[in-house]
Amino acid sequence: MSEKSAPYIRVENLKKYFHTKSGMLHAVDDVSFSVQKGETLGLVGESGCGKSTLGRCIIRLLESTSGRVLITDEKGTDGYTDITKVSASQMKELRKRVQIVFQDPYSCLNPRLPVRELIAEPLIVNRVFRDKASMQRRVRELMSIVGLAERLENSFPHELDGGRRQRIGIARSLALDPEFIVLDEPVSALDVCIQAQILNLLNSLQKQFGYTYIFISHNLSVVKHVSDRIAVMYLGKIVELSDYKILFKDPLHPYTQALLSAIPIPKVGVRRDRIILEGDVPSPIEPPEGCRFLGRCFYRQERCGRETPELREIEPGRFVACHFARELVAQGGRTA
Amino acid sequence: MTMNANDLLLDIRELTIHYVTDNGTVHAVEGLNLELGRGETLGLVGETGAGKTTTALGITRLLPVPPGVVRGGQILFDGEDVLLKDEEEMRSIRGGKIAMIFQDPMTSLNPVMTVDKQVAEMIKLHRKVSESEALEQAAEMLDLVGIRRERLRDYPHQFSGGMKQRVVIAIALACDPKLLIADEPTTALDVTIQAQVLELMKNLKRQFGTSMILITHDLGIVAETCDKVGIMYAGRLVEYGDTKSLYDNPNHPYTVGLFKSVPDLEEDCDELSVIPGLMPDPMDLPSGCAFHPRCSHAEEACSRERPVMIEIEPGHFIACPVRARALGKA
Amino acid sequence: MNENVEMVATTGGRKTRSQLGEVLFRLRKSPLAMFGLAVVLILIFCALFADVIAPHSYSKQNLSHMFEAPSRQYLLGTDEFGRDILSRLIYGARVSLQVGFIAVGIALFVGGLLGAVSGYYGGWIDNGIMRVMDVLLSIPQTLLAIAIVAALGPGLMNLMIAVGISAVPNYARIVRSSVLSIRGMEFIEAARAVGSPDIRIILKHILPNSMAPIIVQSTLGVASAILNAAGLSFIGLGIQPPYPEWGAMLSGGRQYIRDYPHLTLYPGLAIMITILALNFLGDGLRDALDPKLKR
Repeated sequence: MSEKSAPYIRVENLKKYFHTKSGMLHAVDDVSFSVQKGETLGLVGESGCGKSTLGRCIIRLLESTSGRVLITDEKGTDGYTDITKVSASQMKELRKRVQIVFQDPYSCLNPRLPVRELIAEPLIVNRVFRDKASMQRRVRELMSIVGLAERLENSFPHELDGGRRQRIGIARSLALDPEFIVLDEPVSALDVCIQAQILNLLNSLQKQFGYTYIFISHNLSVVKHVSDRIAVMYLGKIVELSDYKILFKDPLHPYTQALLSAIPIPKVGVRRDRIILEGDVPSPIEPPEGCRFLGRCFYRQERCGRETPELREIEPGRFVACHFARELVAQGGRTA
Repeated sequence: MTMNANDLLLDIRELTIHYVTDNGTVHAVEGLNLELGRGETLGLVGETGAGKTTTALGITRLLPVPPGVVRGGQILFDGEDVLLKDEEEMRSIRGGKIAMIFQDPMTSLNPVMTVDKQVAEMIKLHRKVSESEALEQAAEMLDLVGIRRERLRDYPHQFSGGMKQRVVIAIALACDPKLLIADEPTTALDVTIQAQVLELMKNLKRQFGTSMILITHDLGIVAETCDKVGIMYAGRLVEYGDTKSLYDNPNHPYTVGLFKSVPDLEEDCDELSVIPGLMPDPMDLPSGCAFHPRCSHAEEACSRERPVMIEIEPGHFIACPVRARALGKA
Repeated sequence: MNENVEMVATTGGRKTRSQLGEVLFRLRKSPLAMFGLAVVLILIFCALFADVIAPHSYSKQNLSHMFEAPSRQYLLGTDEFGRDILSRLIYGARVSLQVGFIAVGIALFVGGLLGAVSGYYGGWIDNGIMRVMDVLLSIPQTLLAIAIVAALGPGLMNLMIAVGISAVPNYARIVRSSVLSIRGMEFIEAARAVGSPDIRIILKHILPNSMAPIIVQSTLGVASAILNAAGLSFIGLGIQPPYPEWGAMLSGGRQYIRDYPHLTLYPGLAIMITILALNFLGDGLRDALDPKLKR
């Protein structure tokens, strides 16, 4: 992580617990990190690890249990605003700056509205334009930015394929000229060819408009392709966070190692030592003290069950939540 | 594409399956030819709507009719045409000789029956055994897929996704089928769980000597598990070969495009190369080669003539005369 | 970014229809639903133009033509006061449809409002409203209607109110559940993410998407309201003579059923065909509106 400039967004000790019948579900448990302006932070983890909840808490589609999400004030000032604490009217203003693209392009669009109205919705509710004509122009402009043909403006979502629907979702999130966009699994529901088109689109939009992204995905090769830095989540906690190259070349946390080794590579003869983890992800309801990965870890020691490892910076820009991270570095990462 | 007939377990010839709907006819599978040897694993790769699942449903005769219609072709399983069997014979083939695993394990398990009973049910359907023998065999089978004895009497909802898929695999393999068709068996699972399940399937396949058709959109999974690969596009097979040859040397323009659109883990690149355009409307397929409107190698003849499979290396076929000519094989 | 602009228009040749067009198209394929729709349209026509198409007055007694069998002058015969049964049936359609639609309107308005509030806000509001509905549901609908009419007194308006209120819990439940299912959809979250206020979310996103089951339930509801009203009139709590109501006609003719069965036969048939038609139409609409059954 570069120390040069102040971060654009700082997440501090964010927690999100849900009440359930069998106890408190720790969806996001004491997570801290920051994102630089114009950067893409990848957030990976398996289902139920809390990555989507975290994304929603950051832009306050969910109310967090505790902690702060600090966003740089509007251009020119050095101050920060805590998104989790602002009033409803301030939040309405902030909504223009922080946006989200959803995973499922089939359920995130109102099936009863045509493309034109779907894209215009953010402009209408925020009363951006007084006259219809300039709004119509803006809608057309957005459609061309995301690569939707103008003739589609009267189509309904069910008439379009997943890729085009996702383009509508992206156009909606761009409508208000945001600075920061949470991309919640934006390509997971798409076929590889369409996925590549959407990834290229997101990439070129970032270059053109300087957006800051948090890219949430369970697909590691996609995350590696788009991210500058990657945070790996396991059961509500970030277990490792570092530059994407370092993370993939030399993963330190045992979970990251297992996760990376599990990716099937589309090449024949490239044998990798696969770490097959035992068992399943444990329940996030009332997790016990100690390391969350304890039960499946192949390095575990007695200390891991007593103390919860903190996310520590073991090298500049390299964060790991494992008691033995330094020893693992000394061994040169994976022992295998 | 000929093999010694005795080594062939499955031989699909010119299979054509359509779905007839109010809005038109969906050409789900068009003139498909496919062979599978005994003990082989074939990966069937393609995007949504390429006709992979329809092919699988055709083989097991589970195609929903209507709207599905088998328009022609033969599916020779062990030398006998499955399409000519009556429903009675099919029932004993399904599960007994051909087993199928679906993407979502929850939909193929009965929520109100304990898992050992579900496996035993399958065994009783196909073998003449008593209830207690069936349950004992079920317990052995579940043990084989890694489900401990104390969990035998649990219900499906008490298991996680990965464990449920293990139960489904146990059911599928309970009667020692000759052919296992797995339709996206790990798509609903997380990567670390997927690794467990794939490892398990590989081991079991080796142990039982089962042939397998693995339907997936993940090129990585195929590379790890399959001997042969078939790439499907718009209901047709466009490239077929043994995995090594095809992965080292993909030749059909669609296959090449498909490989390039997957982000590479080893290398960095700024922009992924994409295949221009979209999948064609299956009700209104382009004439000739279905891929020609998106193809950079397309020639005038491609829009007229439907390409046939051409062998470019021993056992490696492509349905593209232009590329074959470039390789000097036409 | 030109590579992102679509290059080939590969989808084409398939007809695209508006949503209403799509529903009508699918409805057309069910002959029973089309029969239902035709009957309902004919009934509406009769009700609207009863004054024009009825051959006789519904109330004019003609004691020289009592109990006449169907003839050219009286197509369906006459009743015990010599009134033309066909004319009375035609005017009766007016009452029946009025009762059916207005009662359902009342039920839908009250029930819909309660259901929407319940579903959208949840919590103790939901709990309170739905428990009251549960209590109402535990009383047989007809009995409830009888109790309400008994309290309000007989008459057309009171009949409609009674039938309407007794159906409120049904609508409250159905609206609540459909609001609940839509509220959990991702596009509601997407609307909130761009800053849409609650009222816009309810009006623009939730209601239009929860219409399908409500339309179906209303169609079926009209049938049961007509039946209920006929039942109340039959026992003398509904429309008062001489105004013709099918249930009342049935009731009036029942003492002559041995000698002059046509007095009860035709009103009975009218009720039966109407209910059947509305049910066919409702079932057809259910299939036509369900996107899962598409294709």
